[in-house]
Amino acid sequence: MSEPILAVSGLHARIAGQQVVEDVSFTVPSSGVTALLGRNGVGKTSTIKAVLGLIDRTGDVRLAGDRVDRLPTHRIVQRGVGYVPEDREVFAGLTVAENLRLAERDAEPRRELVERLFPDLVQRKAQRAGTLSGGQQQMVSLARALLNDNRVLLVDEPTKGLAPKIVGEVAEALEAVADTVPILLVEQNLHVVRQLATDVVVLSGGRVVHTGGAAEFLDDDDLVHRLLGVHGDHAESDASEGAPAPEASATTDTTTEEGRA
Amino acid sequence: MSTVILLLVTGLGLGALYFLVASGLSLIYGLMHVLNFAHGVFLTIGAFLGWEVGRRVSDGTWGGLLLSMLVGVVVGAIVAALTEYLLIRRLYERHIEQVLVTVGLALAGVALMEGIWGTDPIYTAKPAWLTETTEILGARIPNDRFLLIGIAVLVLLGIVLFLRGTRYGLIIRAGVENRHMVTALGIDVRRSFTLVFAIGGAAAGLGGVLASVYYGYVSAHLGSSLLIFAFIVTVIGGLGSLAGAAIASVLVAVLQQFANFYLGGTGDLAVVLALAAVLLIRPSGLMGKAAA
Repeated sequence: MSEPILAVSGLHARIAGQQVVEDVSFTVPSSGVTALLGRNGVGKTSTIKAVLGLIDRTGDVRLAGDRVDRLPTHRIVQRGVGYVPEDREVFAGLTVAENLRLAERDAEPRRELVERLFPDLVQRKAQRAGTLSGGQQQMVSLARALLNDNRVLLVDEPTKGLAPKIVGEVAEALEAVADTVPILLVEQNLHVVRQLATDVVVLSGGRVVHTGGAAEFLDDDDLVHRLLGVHGDHAESDASEGAPAPEASATTDTTTEEGRA
Repeated sequence: MSTVILLLVTGLGLGALYFLVASGLSLIYGLMHVLNFAHGVFLTIGAFLGWEVGRRVSDGTWGGLLLSMLVGVVVGAIVAALTEYLLIRRLYERHIEQVLVTVGLALAGVALMEGIWGTDPIYTAKPAWLTETTEILGARIPNDRFLLIGIAVLVLLGIVLFLRGTRYGLIIRAGVENRHMVTALGIDVRRSFTLVFAIGGAAAGLGGVLASVYYGYVSAHLGSSLLIFAFIVTVIGGLGSLAGAAIASVLVAVLQQFANFYLGGTGDLAVVLALAAVLLIRPSGLMGKAAA
């Protein structure tokens, strides 16, 4: 088995004194999409931010075997980590073209790829990003990460709040990209997870409670219900629908493991 | 009518001075969230060293004044960049410490300059044309107002061109919106912090030399007296907004002039009341981002 592109071990993170990630360990293989799943508020976004050093954290983070947890965020990104944040975070006052130009790190950015995947952005390059629809802003956010030749992408809830048609377009774009770069994907929509993911890492209460193949996990209705609060991929998880999230029970089956090594 | 014209143009000249100080303050706050109480020191040291070099080379001439302005720009930029690099850089996100350090630096800077140049104002010479007046619609306008307005417009255009036409400008504009996301794109945003301090310091240093032309003297307290109004301008315009700083500079200075003339010298009070009104009606300022 080849070396994982991203290996996280004993990761702890705090926001405003509150422990949001607790002893999280997992790996992201050097190909395919690894979905980071869990109910709302279990620490998925915080885990991604902690990997990038955007929040205070301790633990061991390795990119292709090299420790990066002592580097500042911009250095980690420069080593080939693309980031698509939750809620897009485009620069509203800049035009689409300026948003993309800002993200270009490589001497030869992959503009053709971005233009092929998101032709709408070419038409709107002079438009301020703040005036785009949510779906178009998501395209900008994805395009920023795809412009550079990254070694791994961290993609946080790319379909959140989007219309079904746009969700399909975003998923197709990620599917096309996943052939060339491994992706760690936080996603609530289990249809999208089934379409894209090869592996899953499930968090509960800031800890890893399950790792394994995506198809096996999604096919296990009981496990999905127990860990995510929904039945299989027939619906989005309860968290995305605003329903109260019941406590995930302790893991008992053989495919489930505690996060602690 | 002639009085109104005179007050308007004088207000614009004073507004030009406010803008030269407030532009740097606003950019620094917008990008780094630092309230820089030491900004007046950049102005005063620029004014003193500009005056010192200018008078030694060619006192009271255009050549001497241009040299003074150049020295003011360079000195302001260097002192500001050193301040960021040596003091502020360690204190990002630590707002109380920032206030303590910048207030301390402001007090120490004034004391240092009083120690070197004394506590009394030093009257300065300027080119003959700047001491004369030009008649516009019956009003006799002191010519130095035109110089101030012209240079402030050039500085505004220069900063806008820099922000819109260069990669560093792009980084600064993005950083003012969302500094953490700029970092998450692999950009070392801290490099641009020093640059923004230098730009703000350069504008303040230039403002110091022009303030000595406007008031006719240099003094260790030149910066601190202008800084108060520059802070008011920055808040009224909207913290982080260059356009807001430009508009508010003119509004505040013109209001100040008219209130001083027509309301018995109540210009400063009128400015403070305008600040209170803006804070009550639109707390984010005229062009600032509304609080989430």
